[in-house]
Amino acid sequence: MLYFQTWKLVLILGVCLLGVIFALPNAFSPETVAAWPRYVPKKQISLGLDLRGGSHLLMEVDMGAVEKERLASLVDEMRTQLNQAKIGYTDLRADAGRVSFTVRDLDRMKDVRDIVTKIDPDIDVQIGSSGAVSLIPNVAALQARRIAAVDQSIEIVRRRIDETGTKEPTIQREGDDRILVQLPGVDNPEHVKELLGKTAKMTFQLVDTNASPEDARAGKLPPGDVLLPSDQTQKGQPAQYFVVRRRVMVSGDTLTDAQPTFQNNEPVVSFKFDSTGARRFGDATKENVGKPFAIVLDNKVISAPVIREPILGGSGVISGSFTVQTANDLALLLRAGALPAPLTVLEERTVGPDLGADSIHAGALASIVGVVLVIFFMIIFYGLFGIFADIALFFNLCIMMAALSLLGATLTLPGIAGIALTMGMAVDANVLIYERIREEVRGGRSLISSLQAGFERAFGTILDSHVTTLVAGALMFWLGSGPVKGFAVTLSLGVLTSLFSAILVTRLQIVTWLRQTKPKEIPI
Amino acid sequence: MRPLIIIRRIPSINFMGLHKLGFVLSLILTVGSVGLFLTRGLNYGIDFSGGTIIEARSTNGPADLAAMRAQLDGLGLGDVSLQGFGTPNDVLIRLQRQPGDDAAQEKAVQIVKQKLGDSVDYRRTEVVGPKVGGELIRAGTIATILALFAIAFYVWFRFEWQFGVGAMLSTLHDTITTIGLFSLLQIEFNLTTLAAILTIAGYSINDTVVIYDRVRETMKKHRSMEFSELINKSLNETLSRTILTVSTTALAVLSLLIFGGEVLRGFSIAMLWGIVIGTYSSLFIAAPLLYYIRPKRASVAKEASGEPAPSRTS
Repeated sequence: MLYFQTWKLVLILGVCLLGVIFALPNAFSPETVAAWPRYVPKKQISLGLDLRGGSHLLMEVDMGAVEKERLASLVDEMRTQLNQAKIGYTDLRADAGRVSFTVRDLDRMKDVRDIVTKIDPDIDVQIGSSGAVSLIPNVAALQARRIAAVDQSIEIVRRRIDETGTKEPTIQREGDDRILVQLPGVDNPEHVKELLGKTAKMTFQLVDTNASPEDARAGKLPPGDVLLPSDQTQKGQPAQYFVVRRRVMVSGDTLTDAQPTFQNNEPVVSFKFDSTGARRFGDATKENVGKPFAIVLDNKVISAPVIREPILGGSGVISGSFTVQTANDLALLLRAGALPAPLTVLEERTVGPDLGADSIHAGALASIVGVVLVIFFMIIFYGLFGIFADIALFFNLCIMMAALSLLGATLTLPGIAGIALTMGMAVDANVLIYERIREEVRGGRSLISSLQAGFERAFGTILDSHVTTLVAGALMFWLGSGPVKGFAVTLSLGVLTSLFSAILVTRLQIVTWLRQTKPKEIPI
Repeated sequence: MRPLIIIRRIPSINFMGLHKLGFVLSLILTVGSVGLFLTRGLNYGIDFSGGTIIEARSTNGPADLAAMRAQLDGLGLGDVSLQGFGTPNDVLIRLQRQPGDDAAQEKAVQIVKQKLGDSVDYRRTEVVGPKVGGELIRAGTIATILALFAIAFYVWFRFEWQFGVGAMLSTLHDTITTIGLFSLLQIEFNLTTLAAILTIAGYSINDTVVIYDRVRETMKKHRSMEFSELINKSLNETLSRTILTVSTTALAVLSLLIFGGEVLRGFSIAMLWGIVIGTYSSLFIAAPLLYYIRPKRASVAKEASGEPAPSRTS
């Protein structure tokens, strides 16, 4: 008891010292810390959005929409291919995650299989007895596609947000098909949400001049055509519609650049194709001079200009009734690329900078008052030993701050509550030890053996009570959404560091005091 | 330096004499809590129920709730509730979960913001879609149940199964009555509150562990002591530390309650209640329960001598 091995002594003092050193940057403003010399630790605790202000968006990649679309195009493709191969079929449709139809001539089943394999080898073909065929996308392939779609979405979201100039955004995958976007300092995320809410799938398609939108709306839509609304609807006026060829002339993924600019004092978006796109666009416009084509964005027609002459240079201009803002946005979306699937916002949490500052203030005040109360409490009930406990508490706080800084953990308001709470719980270990010492003294033991017994016997109890709190902390972390996770981190960390400080740091002080003063009795 | 206050005398409170009263009281509290939960339910925050809250601060003087309410009623957003929040300038606007999908929630926020315009600053906007809310309720319930079992299992592992049962029952009691309190006072029940409940489950067991530890020690020391006397002795001997450990934590929580602001209010109330009820249940439920599900002295004693306890292998 009276003797600490040298390495233990060095270790305890070292941890305390490192704790103070690494906690120190948090006591200064980021500007001050930035000016410090290079060899000084500078890492500060990063604040959560609820403290620094900002916007948190949880989004889901709507894979259902993508799969539905894929089945619809599979139906189209099958229809074309079966007709070409002159295979008779009935009842071709897509439902419940599969495409089904009935083949009249059972002898041609092998041809059907070949066609399907040619279209997409990842489709399983199930054939029933009476010529019923089901095409089911392969589960593994579907899963791979899903993962790829989320990865790609994350990339596109990142590009779009980077283009808006948001500082230090965090964009990460959450679970299987979700994306968490955190935008510090953004207190009105409307614009970002608007940008992310568009898939921005752009295509150039010919307008079918032989069909009228009125007929099409009445149900007479020629095969191979689609009816698309205009994206410009004036208030009070019925929406304008276009009948457009389903076949895509050129798609937007061949664009290499898009910039907002002006033409005749109107905001427009200029674009450039890559070589493939340029060739296709050139060919298509060469063949269709004098006809209108539609520029389609997310199934809405932005404009439908007439092709006056072949466009061979691989660049062009989109005009519509743009404002400067919408032209900017469209150019940004085209540059960043299309999302593979629509994104839905599941959860939005936005905190303004004022409230964040208020929360820091309230949290800090509550913690300081709490710590001061605990400090006095310990002095009142334990005197000198209470001061030892308070010194250990100070180091506990430093080590905790240092660990939070080094781990790069994010401090949230509940996280601050966790710190305050663990300050109250940290001295529990001291109370258990001191009460045990008192008891041993009362039982007639000598001074040293009472101290020894106090530390030894209280240890098991302390360990037990800490483990149960850690269990709760781990479950919260697992359950965790943002703020609660922050609480789980500080609570668990605080419990762990208090185990070190309340037991070892306190004991070291008591041992040193014993050696220095050689007391006759224990002052508790 | 000597302490200002020293607790010298070991008290001699007859806890076992009071335990039946405690059982009755706890039974009433538990049944009442379950009843309240089933009839009145909880005032779920948007974390769980889905919906929208907007914390707004009036830009010109105290907020006129009546005027704002008049503006927001009739927007077709269902039940819009407004309440003061912290300072007189602050208003908390709550929108119900809007029918339809996640996008419908977003739209409602825009409608409100358009209507109120620049008369207020938006300090906080939280929108939770129905999907996330449902998932959080499920995850929260699972986490709480897992916590109870994990803690019971740990106590069983460290002591005997009888102690584990006692610990679990008293922790369950603490959890249920905390939920009951939230149902009674209709304080908003959100994710932070749930975090508080899990923390209570982990923390309220602390006193119980301290007491059980002493019961086990006393069982080894006084082999022939009558069991209720043994529990009384253990409770009285550990009473000072039970009270002191709880006090330090309560001080920290009180300070959070008073200074921590509106956002932490629900959390602090839950914690404070949990600390108080946790102490009560350690003294009047967890310890007396041992009298009824009596741990075997033989196995406790054997464990002390290092041999595996028979009850653990069976």
